[in-house]
Amino acid sequence: MTVPRFWRRLKNLYRLIGTRCENCSEYYFPPRNMCPECRRTGQVVPFKFNGTGEVVTYTIIHSAGKDYAKHTPYILAIIKLDEGPRLTAQVICSPDDIHTGMKVKSAFRKLGEESEKGMIYYGTKFMPQEIK
Amino acid sequence: MSVGIISYGAYIPRYRIRVEEIARVWGNDARIISDGLMVFEKSVPDIDEDTITIAVEAANNAIKRAGIDPERIGAIYTGSESHPYAVKPTSTVVAEAIGTNSELTAADFEFACKAGTAAIQACMGLVGSGMIDLGMAIGSDVSQGAPGDALEYTAAAGGVAYIIGKDEQAAEIESTYSFTSDTPDFWRREGMTYPEHGGRFTGEPAYFKHVTSAANGLLEKIGTKPSDYDYAIFHQPNGKFPTRVAKMLGFSKEQIKPGLVVPRLGNTYSGSCMMGLAATLDIAKPGDRIFVTSFGSGAGSDAFSITVTDRIDDIRNSAPSVEQLLANPIYLNYADYAKHKGKIKF
Ligand SMILES: [Zn+2]
Repeated sequence: MTVPRFWRRLKNLYRLIGTRCENCSEYYFPPRNMCPECRRTGQVVPFKFNGTGEVVTYTIIHSAGKDYAKHTPYILAIIKLDEGPRLTAQVICSPDDIHTGMKVKSAFRKLGEESEKGMIYYGTKFMPQEIK
Repeated sequence: MSVGIISYGAYIPRYRIRVEEIARVWGNDARIISDGLMVFEKSVPDIDEDTITIAVEAANNAIKRAGIDPERIGAIYTGSESHPYAVKPTSTVVAEAIGTNSELTAADFEFACKAGTAAIQACMGLVGSGMIDLGMAIGSDVSQGAPGDALEYTAAAGGVAYIIGKDEQAAEIESTYSFTSDTPDFWRREGMTYPEHGGRFTGEPAYFKHVTSAANGLLEKIGTKPSDYDYAIFHQPNGKFPTRVAKMLGFSKEQIKPGLVVPRLGNTYSGSCMMGLAATLDIAKPGDRIFVTSFGSGAGSDAFSITVTDRIDDIRNSAPSVEQLLANPIYLNYADYAKHKGKIKF
C-alpha cells in the first residue's frame, strides 16, 4: 500500500466508515458513492459500522513474506458485519479457537509498516467478543 | 465553574510475563526480585500493538463510558515515552480513530512517567479558561527495559484516557500542584532503544523528593490532610516505592490498596498513576475523595485532589474496568515475549 492510497482510506480503515443508501437501506463497505440497486434514485450517505459481526470463513496463514513473518501463524477471515457487508480482515485469536460463526468485535491495531523507517499503517482487525 | 473528569477509559494488552520467567532466563532469584519490587507479572503488548493502538483503545473506552460525542473534544494530548514516531504525533491518529472533527488542537507530551498527568493539567487549563468544551488527556506506553536490566522486570504496556470538562463531572478535580527540578535519574537519548538510569540515584533525590514535595505542597495549598481522603494513588514504578511514600506522607495501606495495580500489571509509565486512579474510580462511591501524585524522571510530580460525584454510578459500567482488563491473561515464555517486544529483529 502506498502512503497516498493509505491516507485516502484512513477513515474507512480506522473506524469502519462505509456508506448506506437511505433509499433502499443497503449498507456498503468499502464505501460506494453510488447505490448499485437504486442507481440514480439512491441516497448514499456515510455510515459508521458498529464493528461487531461473525466469521463466515477463514484461513490460517503459516508462512508469510518478510514483513509478516513475525505474525505467523495468523488468521485471515471473511467477516460478515451485523449490518450486512462482508470484508476480509485479520482475526486476533489462537488458531485453536477460531471457528465459523464466531462472534467478533473490532480492535484498533497495526496493520503493517512500509519498512523500519517508513510509515506505520493502522486500522481495524477483529477479535472474539467472548474472552476465553 | 469547576473542572473535572467527565469520563475515563483504560486499556491493557492481554499478554503477561511472570517475573519468575524473566529471572529464570537471567539466572536470578525470582523470589528476591518479586519481594523486592512487589511486582509478580507485567503486561506485554501483542505484536501489532504499540503506544498508538493502546491510546486509541483507551480513548474509545473513555468515549464509550460516558457516551461522549467525539466532536465536542477540542484538544487531545497524549503523554508517552514510547511514541512510535520520533516526528509525527500519536494524538492525530487518536483524533482520527475516535472521530473528532478537525477543529481541534493536539500535541504529544513527553515527561517520562508523568507526561499523562501533565496532559490532564493542560486540558484543565483549556477547559477552565473556556477555550475548549472537552479535552482528552492520555497516558500510553509500551516501555522497554534492556534485556537483563533491572527495568526489564517492570517495564509494561497499557494506557488510560481521561476526558476533562465542566458539565456532568464524574469526579471534580478541586486542585492541582506540581513540583519540578532538573534531576538526572533516568533518560534515553534520541535513537537509543533502551533507557539509562542513575541506579540508586532513582530513589531518594528523584522519586521520594518529588512525590513528597508535590503531595505536601498540594495538601498545604488547599488545607487538607491525608485522613481527609478515602483513597490515594502514587506513581508505581514498582510496588515498594508507592507503599513507602504513602507511609512517609501519612496515608494508610487501605487508602492505596484499590489503586495499587503494579503487582499484577508492572509499570505502565505514562499510564501508571492514571491506571491506579482508573482502578480507584471503578470502585469509588459518590462523595469519596481521592489524592493522586504522579512522578516523571527528569524529574517532576503532579498532585491532584479529586472528589467523586453522583455521576460516577451512571457511567461506571459502560466500559471495561481495570479489574476486567487484568482478568484472563495469556502468559508468555521469554522467547515469545522477546518476539512480542521486538527484542529479536527479523
Ligand atoms: Zn439503494
